Amino acid sequence: MSTAAGGWFAVVLAVALAAALTFLTLPIVAIFAQQPPGDLIAALGEEGALDALWLSLRATSAALALILLVGTPAAYALATRRFRGRALLITLIELPLVLPPAVAGIALLAAVGPSTLLGRAAQDAGLQLSLAMAGVVVALTFVAAPFYLRQAIAAFGAVDPTLLDASRTLGAAPARTFWRVAVPTALPGLVAGTALALGRALGEFGATLMFAGSFQGVTQTVPLAIYDRFATDFTAALALSAVLVAVSAAILLAVKLVRGPEVAAR
Amino acid sequence: MRRLLALAGLLALAGCGDDGSLAGGGADERKPKLVVSAASSLKEALLSCAKEFPDATLRFQFAGSDELAAQIRQGVPIDVLAAANTKLPEALAKEGKLEEPVVFATNQLVLAVPSDGAKVDSLRALERPGVTLVVGAEGVPVGDYTRAVLERLGSARSKAVLANVRSNEPDVKGIVGKLAQGAADAGFVYASDVKAASGRLRAIELPAELEPTATYGAGVVAAAKRPDAAEAFVDDLLAGGCHEALLAAGFGEP
Repeated sequence: MSTAAGGWFAVVLAVALAAALTFLTLPIVAIFAQQPPGDLIAALGEEGALDALWLSLRATSAALALILLVGTPAAYALATRRFRGRALLITLIELPLVLPPAVAGIALLAAVGPSTLLGRAAQDAGLQLSLAMAGVVVALTFVAAPFYLRQAIAAFGAVDPTLLDASRTLGAAPARTFWRVAVPTALPGLVAGTALALGRALGEFGATLMFAGSFQGVTQTVPLAIYDRFATDFTAALALSAVLVAVSAAILLAVKLVRGPEVAAR
Repeated sequence: MRRLLALAGLLALAGCGDDGSLAGGGADERKPKLVVSAASSLKEALLSCAKEFPDATLRFQFAGSDELAAQIRQGVPIDVLAAANTKLPEALAKEGKLEEPVVFATNQLVLAVPSDGAKVDSLRALERPGVTLVVGAEGVPVGDYTRAVLERLGSARSKAVLANVRSNEPDVKGIVGKLAQGAADAGFVYASDVKAASGRLRAIELPAELEPTATYGAGVVAAAKRPDAAEAFVDDLLAGGCHEALLAAGFGEP
């Protein structure tokens, strides 16, 4: 690095780093800098903004509960069993990860939309999906679940199989082994997966708008409320964005804390 | 199969449209490029006349007029705004962001219902509890027209109708989409949208005393990079090929 040739490369690295940092942080800083903090906080007091935050909290919690409840055993099954077509199954589960939100919206409409057989059956059973909060939960679950599943499969896969075998030879039932040995050992990975799914669910926009619509207090989550205000009340849009930035930062921090040593090792 | 085709059509439309896709081919390199922000309801009409516009290659951006106006306020480089009302262009003109706007077309607000198995057959029926209605959000022209029309029904009837609203969509295409998918029983859109939905929707005309006529205003953005071509396009909207296309699409004379 002390040679002349190394010197210019160090400059290139520094410039690239500075450019990347500026480009990525400037928009975020601008959210907080465009209006005085007092105005942002005042804008959050508006009824619609509070409704959106409350709805996002409820819908995201419901989606996460579903994801954890079904996703954890499903991930365990995929991580601990070897069978034909396993890789294909994992790929299918991961597909929504890279699916554009608009495609997710169209796909949900085509599968469980109000004019489909499944959608009608759900409606007959008293479960209104489209233009209802349940529809928001379905959209969030669809887009966020793969984030958790992927992490959970990796976390369960990394559990030392001899631990699980030991538990079983000592007489623990498979369910007990799962609950008392596998889950605690994989916990950091599961928490990280939960946080990633939470982040994705909170930010969901396109699928929600297409599948569930936008109505204050029922289907208008924070991202939809931001879009709704972008044209009419930019300050309120900034304020809600600031909340999402803060929550996202907290999520990221939590992931880093939980997986600290692992991340540092890479 | 029909649904699949409709879906494919939707996808194709989405693919060739929304965010500033090039319309009108780019064969002639010397032609200037003109960025036109237009209300969602103008989409089919303007895409059909874009190729014939002689003075420039048109790049369209279709969205709710309020979003488009907000972009102009934020300094997004746009040459022409064609909005679904006159309020937004006039407000922008007052702020010095837009040259004097002109009215180039009208449209009728109608009550749209699915063509098959509609639960709603009249404005009256909208007041029944349990009917699901989709409208434009406040601030979006179609949403503001809808609220103004409902206000003229009197507060009791208007309240009963508004109580059935299940979604406030950010633009008129969102309303059409929800209706076409059967997610709602009825929605307020423009007559031209029902025409563009090729048979999937049926329009129920609103009585004249509710003043359901929407007026479309357009203007050259003050910061336009091609003011001459922009001016020519506004003229085309007023009297040229695009004006003809608007009439063919179900719009009315100003």
